[in-house]
Amino acid sequence: MKFVDEFREPEVINKAAEEIRRLADPNRHYRIMEVCGGHTHAIYRFGLKDVLPSNIELIHGPGCPVCVLPMGRIDDGLSLAQDPNVIFTAFGDMMRVPGTQGSPLEHKARGMDVRIVYSPSDALKLAQANPDKHVMFFAIGFETTAPSTALTLKRAKMLGVKNFSVFCNHVTIIPAIRAILDSPDMRLDAFIGPGHVSTVIGCRPYEWIAKDEHKPVAVSGFEPLDILESIIMVLRQLRVREAKIENQYKRVVPWEGNRAALKAMGEVFTLRPYFEWRGLGFISQSALGIRDSYAEYDSEHRFHVPGVRVTDPKAAQCGEVLKGVLKPAQCKLFGKECTPEHPIGALMVSSEGSCAAYFNYEHRKAAMVSTIASVA
Amino acid sequence: MCLAIPGKVVQLYDDTPNLALVDVVGVRRKVDLGLLENNMPVLGDWVLIHVGFAMSKISEKDAVEQMDTLRMLGEAEAAMQEIKGYGLEGTS
Repeated sequence: MKFVDEFREPEVINKAAEEIRRLADPNRHYRIMEVCGGHTHAIYRFGLKDVLPSNIELIHGPGCPVCVLPMGRIDDGLSLAQDPNVIFTAFGDMMRVPGTQGSPLEHKARGMDVRIVYSPSDALKLAQANPDKHVMFFAIGFETTAPSTALTLKRAKMLGVKNFSVFCNHVTIIPAIRAILDSPDMRLDAFIGPGHVSTVIGCRPYEWIAKDEHKPVAVSGFEPLDILESIIMVLRQLRVREAKIENQYKRVVPWEGNRAALKAMGEVFTLRPYFEWRGLGFISQSALGIRDSYAEYDSEHRFHVPGVRVTDPKAAQCGEVLKGVLKPAQCKLFGKECTPEHPIGALMVSSEGSCAAYFNYEHRKAAMVSTIASVA
Repeated sequence: MCLAIPGKVVQLYDDTPNLALVDVVGVRRKVDLGLLENNMPVLGDWVLIHVGFAMSKISEKDAVEQMDTLRMLGEAEAAMQEIKGYGLEGTS
């Protein structure tokens, strides 16, 4: 059963699936990680698992920025919003994410000035429109959103806006992939590389995965056919024991990335020595902080940040799921204490998290089937 | 936030060259072109937008396909909500 029964070109999809079956060695089990949460979402939504032979296992990677953000950072950001002079702004995706004292939306209900913005530049505009307030932008995201935050800070400085700062939680994808590959309980054969992150960073940053780790990578688009084509690319490489970076998403991703975006990020951000990832722990040089030359726009420099650390509930096995050691439904809390409505673990929080995607499509599907069976 | 939204550049401004008016399925909002300064779009070009910033230029065919993908993913409504939300109603 597919949730999207009408693929745009079903015969092309069938051909791709046939080619995958032809390429996959029936005596081998393949573990392919899709790094990006957008791909995870697409894989479940399009029911791609049903199209693939059973010896190809897709492992869902760490590429959901909301999911990997530790709860302590949410608490830290919200603690600054306690100041009646502060307007707390964040993307809509962040608003329902729980901190220990509730989500940003719940803080708003308690009377704090919490507002959704759809762009960091709108947070800056809000600061200009409210000169007697301080506007803080709670920044999250990988390299898809980090350049926009960087350019917004450059604009703020150029315009001389003084009542604006960024609480920076931007993370970078490459160190997370390295941490997963370094993990002793991890065995992966290949990677489906993120599409939109790669429009910014290009394909070069993945080269070490092929060169040092001998794993194929295919940077992929988001359509069902894109993902199947990327699987074909890595299977072809595995078949001849090759490992290189291929760009399936050439129509959007330039090999060298977006230089203007990389330049803006380089001017404004610096690598933090280490940063905590929910489910993965501390990873060195995996996140972006704000350079000293922009310190006046750094919420962590301007305000006292408590530096809250919240450990995930012991029963939640987010780390194992994030590394692909466990499937979402194998976690003890999955679908019981931890659901998309009441997320306990990180991966249930966002629609791009693998547990939420699994719950929304697979778990509900199974529940529906068993209900129908019991009625019949 | 993570999926890009395709839009067509329908107006450029002499006084604010870093902004363009884009059309996303009939909704028009200003987006920032600053991240395409090496490869500035012209009128009629299609761009992929992330959080109010044009991030790459694409073909019309890819733009149509990207919108279809958003629809198939059930994200089209969220994408339109994002586009409508750009510019803090009343201040732009």
